[in-house]
Amino acid sequence: MSAGLAVETDGLGKRFRGRDAVTDLALAVPAGSVFGFLGPNGSGKTTTIRMLLGLVSPTSGSARLLDAPMPDRAAAVLPRVGALVEGPGFAGYLSGAANLARLDSADPLADPRTRRRRIGEALDRVGLSAAAGKRVKAYSLGMKQRLGIANALLRPRDLLVLDEPTNGLDPQGTREVRTLVRGLADDGATVFVSSHLLAEIEQMCTHAAVMRAGRLVAQGTLDELRGPSADDRLHLSTPDPEAAIAALAGAGLEPSRAGAEVVAPLRGRAVEDLVPVLVAAGVRVRGVRMAETSLEERFVALTGEGFDVES
Amino acid sequence: MSSPEPRARIGLPLLATEIAVLFRRKRTWAMLLALAAVPVLVGVAIRIASGPDSGRAPSFLSQVAGNGLFVGIAALVLTIPLFLPLTVGVVAGDTIAGEAAQGTLRYLLVAPAGRARLLVVKFIGAAVFCFAAPLVVAAAGTLTGLALFPVGPVTLLSGDQVGVGEGLLRLLLLALYTGVSMLGLTAVGLFVSTLTDVPVGAMAATVVLAVTSQVLDQLPQLEAIHPFLLSDSWLGLVDLLRQPPEWSTFGGNALLQLGYVVVFGALAYGRFTTRDVLA
Ligand SMILES: Nc1ncnc2c1ncn2[C@@H]1O[C@H](COP(=O)(O)OP(=O)(O)O)[C@@H](O)[C@H]1O
Ligand SMILES: [Mg+2]
Repeated sequence: MSAGLAVETDGLGKRFRGRDAVTDLALAVPAGSVFGFLGPNGSGKTTTIRMLLGLVSPTSGSARLLDAPMPDRAAAVLPRVGALVEGPGFAGYLSGAANLARLDSADPLADPRTRRRRIGEALDRVGLSAAAGKRVKAYSLGMKQRLGIANALLRPRDLLVLDEPTNGLDPQGTREVRTLVRGLADDGATVFVSSHLLAEIEQMCTHAAVMRAGRLVAQGTLDELRGPSADDRLHLSTPDPEAAIAALAGAGLEPSRAGAEVVAPLRGRAVEDLVPVLVAAGVRVRGVRMAETSLEERFVALTGEGFDVES
Repeated sequence: MSSPEPRARIGLPLLATEIAVLFRRKRTWAMLLALAAVPVLVGVAIRIASGPDSGRAPSFLSQVAGNGLFVGIAALVLTIPLFLPLTVGVVAGDTIAGEAAQGTLRYLLVAPAGRARLLVVKFIGAAVFCFAAPLVVAAAGTLTGLALFPVGPVTLLSGDQVGVGEGLLRLLLLALYTGVSMLGLTAVGLFVSTLTDVPVGAMAATVVLAVTSQVLDQLPQLEAIHPFLLSDSWLGLVDLLRQPPEWSTFGGNALLQLGYVVVFGALAYGRFTTRDVLA
């Protein structure tokens, strides 16, 4: 039943001193996906991640990571998992590289002979090579966060679990991390990334799950979560608006002018099928984009609360 | 999809980094320097005050002026009740709680260090400090003695005399004895350290326990429990200054310390392998 799932939980729950932090969670994270774990602060994301990694024992239910039960098989599974949990944690009196060496030496399956090279590559990947020899005490929060990501990348991983990886980063750093996360999936890893920012999940992920007060309220591909795409619209920028409106109307749409653009509800039609129609009608196409149904509206409907749209 | 895995290592790389990091810390150096200062102060004070012996000083101090080899011995005896347990308490109390407070505990466990393995590595690292500390005191004492006083054959408690080489060997034995004496306290500190995420609390509690043990050892009413107190044989090191050395004291102390290591090691294991890591 778990074929193809990198993370799977069944009735997973955690109760802290009589209060439920996570309740009856059934996550299914497909292997190879970039899976967004979205929820406002306090909705149970970090607690779930701690349970997945064997740091916290569930009060109910069970979790499987890479097809093995956790925490029973932690020793075999965790070397294949890179993780960032609730922010970075490093010894301030050691350099970034020394901190990574220490954590790498804690992995019984990591090869000490390749350690130096792997640390160099990981630091390079997050853009910290220049600060490798500096004490972590002197790092900014953003640098520590990146060092945390470098730690997750010390070895080729099958699964990366990243808890709010862009927390504390400036906009530039945030962009870099988002690009990095997408790149990780291209290497074949499954990426499980939590965030309280909807826009972030929308930019990085193929799949998402939405948490609210410790409960899962939705999960699936972004398209599934978005729901029917009947409201998607075509936005056309052209010096020939009249010709464009005529052509689109001829194709069965109901176009209208909106400022400098021509806008038409797609009603299930594909943009790529409409462009040739426009070109054939002699319309000079300057730019075409599709405006999708807003995930945000959908999520607000699901969770009853808003998410920060942008950090 | 992963590359061919090398065989799992039992934890030697982790132990190596643990010890390297411990002895790279400024705090460790500061504690060892403070310990080394004790014999230096003792030597300098006695040198400056080298008038006729008042006769009221403890026996080893009164022998320092006559033989520099006694500086190390006197300094060990002086540091055993408080200074050494203080430094050992800092190192042992910091083991797990320090990692938790720093935020590194969760990353070590996710690496995965393995909870039992991490405990063992932490214990061994702290144990290395237990031996390093008295060795530093003995070494600093010897250097101080050589610099400030005449050095000659050592008169033992039993009245026998041994040469300088044998005297130095005895001093080394005393340091090793003291290292063994601190192992029980290390296990206690390790256990306390699994109970909290506040390292200073664990350190303080460990030191308080060491002092309490010595206080209880002074109460005649509690004589029945004296042989089981952590600190009962701490000052038994002087039995190694007899001819022949009183090895039964060494053996009894080693056994007592082993008992503490087993009991508190088991408690630490029981606690640490089942607790939630929320730091
Ligand atoms: N150590 C703890 N003790 C008690 N309650 C906790 C603890 N950690 C988290 N919680 C509670 O669990 C809930 C979920 O927290 P968390 O998993 O950190 O959420 P998120 O990561 O989504 O912000 C919150 O209500 C929080 O107060
Ligand atoms: Mg969180």
